[in-house]
Amino acid sequence: MILPFLAVIAGFYIYPIANVLWLSVVEPEPGLGNYAALFDTESLRRIILTTIRICVVTTFFSVLFGYTIAYAMVHMDQRKQNLMLALVLVSFWISILVRTFSWLMLLGHNGLLNNGLQAIGVINEPIAFVRNELGVLIGMIHYMIPYAVLPLLVNMRNLDMRVMRASQNLGATGTQTFLRVYLPMTIPGIVASTILVFILSLGFYVTPAILGGGKVLMIAEYISVQILITLKWGTAAMLATLMLFGVLGMLYVMSRFMKLSAVFGGGR
Amino acid sequence: MTLPDTGDLSIKNVTKTFGSTTAVDHVNLEVQRGEFLTLLGPSGSGKTTLLMMIAGFEDASSGDIALDGASILNVPAEKRNFGMVFQGYALFPHMTVRRNISYPLDVRKRPKSEIESRVEEMLALVQLEGFGDRLPKQLSGGQQQRVALARALCFAPPVLLLDEPLGALDKKLRIEVQAQLKAIHDRVGTTFLYVTHDQEEALSMSDRIVIMRDGKIEQVGTPNELYEKPRTVFAADFLGKSNFLERSEATYALRPEKIDVAPSGDLQCAVSVTGKIQTISYFGAVQKLMVMLDDGKCLEVDVDIWRNRNAFSVGQVVDLGWTDDAVTKLEG
Ligand SMILES: Nc1ncnc2c1ncn2[C@@H]1O[C@H](COP(=O)(O)OP(=O)(O)O)[C@@H](O)[C@H]1O
Ligand SMILES: [Mg+2]
Repeated sequence: MILPFLAVIAGFYIYPIANVLWLSVVEPEPGLGNYAALFDTESLRRIILTTIRICVVTTFFSVLFGYTIAYAMVHMDQRKQNLMLALVLVSFWISILVRTFSWLMLLGHNGLLNNGLQAIGVINEPIAFVRNELGVLIGMIHYMIPYAVLPLLVNMRNLDMRVMRASQNLGATGTQTFLRVYLPMTIPGIVASTILVFILSLGFYVTPAILGGGKVLMIAEYISVQILITLKWGTAAMLATLMLFGVLGMLYVMSRFMKLSAVFGGGR
Repeated sequence: MTLPDTGDLSIKNVTKTFGSTTAVDHVNLEVQRGEFLTLLGPSGSGKTTLLMMIAGFEDASSGDIALDGASILNVPAEKRNFGMVFQGYALFPHMTVRRNISYPLDVRKRPKSEIESRVEEMLALVQLEGFGDRLPKQLSGGQQQRVALARALCFAPPVLLLDEPLGALDKKLRIEVQAQLKAIHDRVGTTFLYVTHDQEEALSMSDRIVIMRDGKIEQVGTPNELYEKPRTVFAADFLGKSNFLERSEATYALRPEKIDVAPSGDLQCAVSVTGKIQTISYFGAVQKLMVMLDDGKCLEVDVDIWRNRNAFSVGQVVDLGWTDDAVTKLEG
């Protein structure tokens, strides 16, 4: 019964991945030349570093804001909490294209914010919010926050609040309770949401292209350029392979932390 | 045991309402220093709510709570210095046993050497030497319960509040831990305010018992006073078993083990009636007879099995008797 499905999965997933792996070592000529290029091509290295830098900053701020939002949500009454959750989920439905262009309209040279600030005389020249790395970060963080919220929310909702009361009863101030008990007990959620956001950020394509104004090149966009325009399939396959193993490595780390969360899971 | 110099808790006319429900209703109670006092009552009688107000997690709607004569209503929970053992223990899952126990001293920033020696002392008190480096997950229920106790006693609180701390343990273990808990109380001399719905637990450990019903205090007394002289039907029924007799407009309580029983014609007693055995239930040391009297009323009688080997069988007609001091006149 499941054999046909396995065949379909193999056909649609395993085969292309294997193909990419293969391409990365045979195009344009057999050998590890594509990988060696990592070490002696300055532009390639810069793209990888830019990607990592943007993803790290995006992840940091998304998780920070996500944590704050999730924390506020679990401390609201049930009705407000459901409303907030609906708002978070709705943002999943709005196309990334729409959201990216909205930022352009809001933050561009003639955007709402710059015009507004100029009108009330706070600034004389428009501030360059977009068409640079800052713009990319704003767009990506905004897009990623809901993804950061969900794992944290699940983690926080499952906490036994009697433990926080116990901490307070034992003489801990609110700050002490947060730092010594609450924060450590939400580490599994923080790790899950960090890795989720980081992996999703790696594949960002539309946002850097639009909000970066062509100045910020990330791996995903570069791969597509290699395939569609310069036709360097070998380089593209090598970068894709690199990303694949990077993601697999992070998923492995995440699975380790998920086991830890079972240890921390309290009485149940 | 020397009397501690603190730990007098007085609860003055305290009421707590949640919307239209009155969880605690004009409760007055003086808890004396060093005392083991138990709040006993069915689920929903307001025991936890009263404890939460004392610990500072709930505000009283009216009334006052004072420690050693000074009101504590305006003292926040983290400054009240009451130890508490929570229902379900509420241990810190990410900390070792040692770190759990040292927590109250850690947050008070006590010197390291003091913390270390105090934790060892506590581990010894609850007989968990050698378990200091485990996580709570790696302990049995009874051991977790003892960690919670050690953690709550570590900073030498004047009063220890315990909310059904043995509820999650199986019966055999519970009896064992009751004895340990009582021994620990006698050693540390802290005032224990203990909440349970288990009457055997209350009887075996307490200096005094407070029976609660619908947020009100039904009766206060030593276990012996409450068992021998219950004032109301509720008190007689909740603490131990009781038969109720209606005699000339009044209700009397009569404990099942205070009834003498003998085959018909054999009994000489102040009061005696005859009846027929309906059922016999076996409990090992005793058997419970349900005896239907001539007027149709049933009495429950406890019989020592060993001293009455093969004396009774279902359907047999027996004489029941009791002395005047075996019955207690009830109010209302
Ligand atoms: N936070 C609350 N909100 C509303 N009602 C409550 C709350 N806490 C307790 N109650 C009500 O107060 C009464 C006493 O509850 P509780 O103190 O938990 O009793 P016990 O501990 O004796 O079982 C119950 O009727 C319960 O439903
Ligand atoms: Mg309760």
